[in-house]
Order: sequence, then C-alpha cells, then structure tokens
Amino acid sequence: METRTRRDFLKTGAAGAAAASVLGFPHVARAQTKLTFGLWDHWVPGANDVLKGIVTDWGKGNRVDITIDFITSIGNKLQLTGAAESRAGAGHDIIAFSTWDGTFYKDKLEPMSDVAEALIKKYGPFNENATYLSKQDGRWVTLPSPIGSHTYPHETRMDYFKQHAGVDVQDIFPADVKKRDKKKVDGWDWKAFLAVAKKVNAAGFPIGASIAENTDSNDWLGPLFASHGSFPMDNKGNITIDSPATLEVIEYLRELTQHMPKDIYGWDDASNNRWLISGKGSTIFNPPSAWAVAKRDQPAVAAQVWHHDVPRGPKGRYRGSLPFTWGIWKFSKEKKVAKDLLLFLSDRETQWKLITASQGYDFPQIMSFQDHPVWKEIGPPVGGQYNYPVRGDEKLIVAGWPAKPEFGAQVYSKWLLPTMVGKVTSGGTKPQDAVKWAAGELEGYKRG
Amino acid sequence: MRLGPNGTVLDAAAPARALPARARWRRRLRSRAAIGLLMCLPLVALIGGLVAYPFFYSIYLSMLNKRETAFIGLDNFRFLMTRDVFWQVVQTSFVFTGLAVFWKAVLGFTLALVIHTVPTGGQRIWRGLSLIPWVMPLALSSLGWWWIYEPTHSALNWLLVLIGISPKPWLSDPYWAKVAVILVNVWYGTPFFMITYLAGLKSIPAELFESSAIDGASGLQRLRHITLPMLKSIIAITMLFSTIVTLATFDIVRVLTRGGPRQSTHMFGTYAFELGIASGDVPLGAAVSLFMFPILAVSAFFILRGIRRSTV
Repeated sequence: METRTRRDFLKTGAAGAAAASVLGFPHVARAQTKLTFGLWDHWVPGANDVLKGIVTDWGKGNRVDITIDFITSIGNKLQLTGAAESRAGAGHDIIAFSTWDGTFYKDKLEPMSDVAEALIKKYGPFNENATYLSKQDGRWVTLPSPIGSHTYPHETRMDYFKQHAGVDVQDIFPADVKKRDKKKVDGWDWKAFLAVAKKVNAAGFPIGASIAENTDSNDWLGPLFASHGSFPMDNKGNITIDSPATLEVIEYLRELTQHMPKDIYGWDDASNNRWLISGKGSTIFNPPSAWAVAKRDQPAVAAQVWHHDVPRGPKGRYRGSLPFTWGIWKFSKEKKVAKDLLLFLSDRETQWKLITASQGYDFPQIMSFQDHPVWKEIGPPVGGQYNYPVRGDEKLIVAGWPAKPEFGAQVYSKWLLPTMVGKVTSGGTKPQDAVKWAAGELEGYKRG
Repeated sequence: MRLGPNGTVLDAAAPARALPARARWRRRLRSRAAIGLLMCLPLVALIGGLVAYPFFYSIYLSMLNKRETAFIGLDNFRFLMTRDVFWQVVQTSFVFTGLAVFWKAVLGFTLALVIHTVPTGGQRIWRGLSLIPWVMPLALSSLGWWWIYEPTHSALNWLLVLIGISPKPWLSDPYWAKVAVILVNVWYGTPFFMITYLAGLKSIPAELFESSAIDGASGLQRLRHITLPMLKSIIAITMLFSTIVTLATFDIVRVLTRGGPRQSTHMFGTYAFELGIASGDVPLGAAVSLFMFPILAVSAFFILRGIRRSTV
C-alpha cells in the first residue's frame, strides 16, 4: 500500500525540504477526508484500473476517501464537465483538463505553483509546451499531467517508404539516439517529405493527414507552419499570420495535397488511424494509438510501423503535442489534500507505473521522465516507439503558440489553420485572400 | 351578510370574517381557484426552472464581456455581425432549415396519404416502420449515418458505384456536406410530419370525400379543395414546430461534420458550442444562440395568428 505523502516527497531532497518549509504543508488529512477526482477515461485497456489502484491505495494509506470518475472525452464530455463545474462552483475537487481548458478557468483554479515548483526542483523542468499551457501570468494554474498527454510524431509504414520511395526511416531514426547520423536526420525536411509523398502516392499508398475540423489537423499543420517561421499571432498579441512564410507554406500545401487523398477535408480524428491500419496509407502524424489498434486488429501492419521525427523546415523542427493538465477548483474544501495527491501522482515512481499501464501512450511532461524504457522495449517492431518522446532537435508545440493562451486557444478550437489552408487547397480561394481572411478572424479573437 | 336598517348591505364578508382564521384558510384552499393554482405549481416551477431561468440567464450572459467581468450591453451581438463566419452560419442555418422543413413536409404528407389509403388493418405495420427514424436516439442514428457517409469507406458511395454513379465527397466538400446533413434531418423528421398529417387525415369526415366523388371531383381536386384546406392548421403548426426544432439542430452536424468542411455546415447551435465551450467564450456563445429567438418569436406570432384567424 502506498503511504507516501507530499511531506515524504519533499523530504527526499534538500530542495524538497526547502520547499516544504516555504509551503508549510501539514501532513495529509488526519481524520477521514473525502476527495473527488474527475479523470480522463483512458482508451488503453487496463490503464484506468492501474490508476484507480494507485489512487485508492494512496487514499487508504492517508485516510482519504477518494471517489474517482473516469470521464470520456468523446462528445466533449470532459470539456463540458469542466465548463459546468466552473460555472456551478461545485463538482470534483480535482479535475483533468484537455489541452487548453485549464487556461479558460485560470481565475477559478487554485494556484499550483507550490506543487509545480517542488517538482521542478526535484526532477527538473516540464517541457516548454506544458509550461506554456499551465503557467499563466507567472503562476501555475494547472499541473501538467502525463495521463492522456501525447505528441504527434510520424507514424510510418517503413516497408512502403523503403520500397516505393527509397527512404529507410529506421536507418535515419534508429532506436538509439546515439546511432543517429546528423546528416541523414537533417535531410529529413519538408522538401524530402514532399518527394516521398509523390512517390508513395504514385505507388498507391498516399500519405494521410487531415485538413478539417479536428485536432489532428491542427497538430500537423501548426508545426508545419511554425517550421517555416509562420505563426498566427505573437506573444504580445500582434497578428503575424500575413507573412511570406505563411504564403510559402500554403503554396507548399497546394502541391502536397495533390498527392493526398481527396477526402482529407472530411476526416475526423480517427480517420488517419483507419487510413494507416487499413494498409492504404504510408504515413500519418499521430501518437501510437494507430499502432496499438493495428497491433490488435492488423498485426502485420503494426509490425511495419515506425515512429519518428517530423520533417524539419527552414526555421526548425516542430512537433505537435497535446498535454493534459490537472486543476484544483478554488471551491474545493480539500485543496491541501488534493495537492498532496497530485504531488504523489507526479512522483517519478508513480508516473513510471502509469506510463507502463498506458503502453507508452501517455507522455510525461517532466522532461527527465522521458527515459522510461517502455518506448524502447515495446513492439513489434521492437524500438518502433523509441522516437515517440523527443530524441533529437524537435520542439513540442501546440497550434496557436506562441500567442497568449486566450488567443492561442481560439486559433486551435476555431480551426483557423485547417480552414485557411482548406480554402485554398480545396475551395480555390487565392492564398492572399485566405491569409487576409485568417488575419480578420484573428482580429476578432482579440475581443476582450 | 349583514344588513342595515334600510336594508342596505353593510358588510358582505361579515359571515366569512366571523369564521376563525384557520377555517378561513381551509376554505380558501378548498376553493377551485386555489386547487387549480396548487396543481399548476409543479409545472410553473418546472417551466420557471428549466425554461424561464435559463432563458433569462442566457440573455444576461450574452451581455457580458468574455471574462464575464463587465456588462457590455449588446456589444456581443454587434461584434457577431462583423464576423464572416457568423454570417455564413446564419446563411447555412436558414438554407438548412428551409430545405429540411420543406422536404419533411412534402415527404411526410405524401407518406401520410399513401398510408391513409392502406386498409386499416395493414396501416399499423407501416405506421410503426415509418416512425423508426424518429424514435431512435438521434446521436446514435447520426453515428450510423456517419458510417454511411464515411469519407474513405462510405457505404453509400459503394452502393452508388455499384449502380454506375460516381462516388460523392459527402463530408469533405461544403456542398455535399450540406446535402448530407439536410438528408439526415429529413430522414429523421419526416415521420413526425407523417404521423401528424395522418391523424389530421383521419379527422376529415369521409362524407366530404364521398359527396365530392359523387359530384365528379378528381383525386387532385379532392386534395386541393378538401384535404389541404382541412389540414391547413395542422400543416402550419407542424411547420412552425419543425422550424423551431430544425433551426436548433445540433446532434446531426456535431456528429457528421463538426461544422466543416471550412465551417460550411455550422448551425447556430453548433457554432454557439464552438464559441462557448470549445473556445471558452460563453457570453459570445450565448449571443449566437439567442440570435434565433427574435426570428422564431416573430414567425411563431404570425403563424399562430394565421391559424387563429382561419379557425375563428
């Protein structure tokens, strides 16, 4: 039974001790305390059970009666629950938020700076993307969570790439970062990707990436624009989308989409998964969920899937990432106990168990936790997920970055990038007109 | 009643006042008016809590700024009117509603006429079968339709190809996506029209049709001069009701297209959701959803007035 408390956690280092003295945390509840926890309902079989066991054991060891609700994100239920609880001023003590949602309720959430800073002192920083989403106006309003957090690497059929395009992704991005050849890695850029797209399409196995109203679209288009130096808005609130870089990417996409399926404008978040699993597609940008389903339903396909870095652009290599966060409502009567629990769940040992339970889908937001062995060991193919954590020069971002979160969230949730691109590549709008439209939309996002 | 010396009424309530207070209350509570009021209270509470309060609260919300910290009057509405996407939503909502209600009425009426001609014993099965789309949970049937339209593996396209018609980009092209969502709405809503019109048809006295047949009226003439005038009020009511419900469509668009491609299938409801919940701007979302209210209120006023006049 786990009985570690925040005090125990903080005791394990001088930094922790210092933090404890600053925070003055009491030991967790003496009498039986009640705590409610709204968690994301994990799609990986068994992951919920492991988490529930960990939380329940901690509760028993600390005399806390914890009720866990696993809330699905299907149909935006998790998002709706957060919205409803924020307005009602009642509900779970702790709730999980998907990417941007914690930023909406920053004034209604208990500051988490004490917990986050204690973790940073002990384990090192969270990745920049998680920090961008959780730290608002100089304080941590949510705590980055590994559960449900994921990134968007290439998920490639290495046999198709090798056979039809002469590209060996396993050789460029081996399952050991020390064996990488910098020249080969640098050569994997968007131009090389276009050349491959033409070849695999000609062979009947096009690349598959949606340009529609779904998160997957944002999570490959955002990095593509960023890697050319195109951002919708800067962190001061200036609209920066009307730039030569944006036009350059739109022109690039005009050509790339000629070699992609015509139905990408109607895809949802699962369409690219099905595209790869069906054997029709040669690569997608996705977390390992497509691989996991293929392993169950199409093992021969799964055995050929290799996860690797996304292409580099003239201004860098960016990969999409959607972190989940945990927040404690200000209306909670058990804030201190809730913080103790979150600190325990963020402990390396606990996160190790959670990442293992998710078969590597959950992506730790504390950078030093990326050395978990699951991504090296899981397969087939063994090592196929080694590059799911960032191993090279990629920078994790969410489409909308680096704008202030209140604007970035709108870039993301109003599908600015896919709509702008779709207007040109599918609707026949002139690139300049599409960019002007986007700039006009962004002007509207500034509404106070 | 107490009378004065000249026979005038001094105090009509005198006998009542003579009763003890408790008895007076008991008597009042037993009156028809009091019982009626008491029995209405649960309904009043229900309407107050589930209709009036949310309605007025949403008006209040729509007049706040994004952070909900300041009252800004009608600024949210003014802001919306400057947005291209909003006008696209308005256009889509009206095209969607107009076409869907029209086709539901036409198909529902036709279906009702056909079923009405079936001998009474056989009608039950057809009525039951026709109602299936309407009784199914809409979110579930929309999911079924999604699989039918699925961009890459569309079952409908498979059938079209089988009969020599080229596949259509059901969900990936703005035009076809609109067709797709309207089609599902018509499929779902036609049974409501059908069952209402069927009930109306059954209420028309058979003698009217018999005597017109004796007078040599054709089927079309009977339809034009007997059936349609007799069903006028029902048609107006069903169309009004359906307009309200159709304009508020949410599930179908949310499941099939999420408002895409390129925001072309957003209705007021789905756009309000995108703004209010997904983007965290609840006041603006409330303003979008309230845009429907004056339009529906005016239409309801004129339609109901028309019905009242025609029935007086």
